Amino acid sequence: MTKHENERKRTFLLITIPILALFICFNTIPLIRGAMYSFTNSRGFGSHDWVGLRNYIDLFSDARVGKSYLFTIKLAIVTTIVVNVLSLILALGLNSKIRAKGFFRGAYFLPNILGALVVGYIFNYFFTYIVPALADMTGMQGLSSSILSSPDKAWIGVMIVCAWQAIAMNTIIYISGLQTVPEDVYEAGGLDGATGWKQFKHLTFPLIIPFFSINMVLCVKNFLMVFDQIIALTKGGPAQSTESISYLIYNNGMSGGQFGFQSANAVVFFIVIVVISVAQMKFSSSKEEQL
Amino acid sequence: MKQTSTVGKSNKTVLVLLILGLSTIIFPLYMTVVIAFKQPSEMTNSISGILSLPKVWSLQNFREAMEVTDFWNSLKNSLLISGLTVGLSILIHSLMGYTLGRNKSNKFYNFVYLFIVSGMFVPFAILMMPLAKQTAEMGLANWFGVILLYVVFYMPMNIMLYSGYLTNIPLALEEAARVDGASTWLTYWKIIFPIMKPMHATVAVITALAVWNDVMTPLIIMAGSSENTLPLAQLNFQSQFGTNYNLAFASYLLSLIPILVFYLICQKQILNGVVNGAVK
Repeated sequence: MTKHENERKRTFLLITIPILALFICFNTIPLIRGAMYSFTNSRGFGSHDWVGLRNYIDLFSDARVGKSYLFTIKLAIVTTIVVNVLSLILALGLNSKIRAKGFFRGAYFLPNILGALVVGYIFNYFFTYIVPALADMTGMQGLSSSILSSPDKAWIGVMIVCAWQAIAMNTIIYISGLQTVPEDVYEAGGLDGATGWKQFKHLTFPLIIPFFSINMVLCVKNFLMVFDQIIALTKGGPAQSTESISYLIYNNGMSGGQFGFQSANAVVFFIVIVVISVAQMKFSSSKEEQL
Repeated sequence: MKQTSTVGKSNKTVLVLLILGLSTIIFPLYMTVVIAFKQPSEMTNSISGILSLPKVWSLQNFREAMEVTDFWNSLKNSLLISGLTVGLSILIHSLMGYTLGRNKSNKFYNFVYLFIVSGMFVPFAILMMPLAKQTAEMGLANWFGVILLYVVFYMPMNIMLYSGYLTNIPLALEEAARVDGASTWLTYWKIIFPIMKPMHATVAVITALAVWNDVMTPLIIMAGSSENTLPLAQLNFQSQFGTNYNLAFASYLLSLIPILVFYLICQKQILNGVVNGAVK
């Protein structure tokens, strides 16, 4: 028996050590190196010096960095709301008794499997040529030039493309949530006069709150890290109005000679992501406990 | 009786709304197809010029786009990277998920579990610059390095899925094999690994979709290696299409076709996999 116990322990250790080493090598070590670069004036090549906390101090007074945080957070909040409202409505429709349910579910999920970069390129053309042409035809002055070339409106284009793909994902999660609600809950509620909006607010929604939490976490995290859509639609422009944090770190850190400075930005970004994720989980688990 | 008739009515409304809503998905795809088949001379600045069906359905744009983006080579790289990543993920992550899941009561293994799973919070933005340096130093600035990185990046998520699934598999199964004298290693591959098949499907689907469409990792790691994945080829050749949108759209469509075919064939598995991955 003890011989077997030893064999089991040894096997587990022999499995864990190489895999853990691989993880440390390509996740933990680069993370630590990134944090260390944030205290240097490295440009990504050549020699560099330690500069202490200067990058962090500069970071908080840098207008371009501040602007990218504002843009990214605004995009994340607005897109999360839009996506969750629309996908909840869509999920209710797709979960009702309709013909060709399987076909509709499959079709509405389609945007999610397509690559964000190519989707971005396709929508780039749509915003640049199709929308203005449509606006000219119908006489809508406000849309006769591309929204992607307007510093005030370009973020809406990014938002639409992000939402187009994310709605597919969130809808399918809401549907699986709605399927966990047993029929007799509705029947009992129907006797009490709960129909329509009342039924949704008091019966359906409270029962699918765990799925709502999943979607919130997924959305916020994905949109805060937005990159592909930016590179395909606006490259951060016009006038740096759509520079997401990831894009700024990539652009100025990898080729703009700000390796050290953008490393500091990445460390702050990492902390922001952790704080938001932990807060969301705390919030949603406390909500679930109340029920 | 009255009840059923109103239900039937409202469902028809829902059906009509759903059909209308589908246009938001079909329109961009329709636009892609017609522009990809047209010649630049057929494109006028009016809507009808852009969106009408092409006069001749010619494959010329696709031939040219294949040459410009080195399509077959990019496709080969994408298939190789996605295939190997999925295979390695299933082997390595399930093994690690099993080891950590079966030792939850042990302090060391529990720490390793939390350590790896918390890697989920690390945004790629903080890793990319050090990783670009590190992979170059290690001679891994190529497709193989990209695969290694994917195996590490998807490890937190997949290990969580596997060790969660393991709680449904009774220990008694392993103990029976132990009585027969089988080693832990053999017991795993003969008994546990096959039982986890539903989870392998989930892991395969979410890993494959994420890897297939990823731009950032190959962009950072393979930039100097003159090799492309399908998304990277689109990015690298975007400027070369210039204003020949017909050529560009042919190229977009080409890069979308493999995943569309995959989706048509395994739609059910993909939908299940994606839901399982998110909800568990």
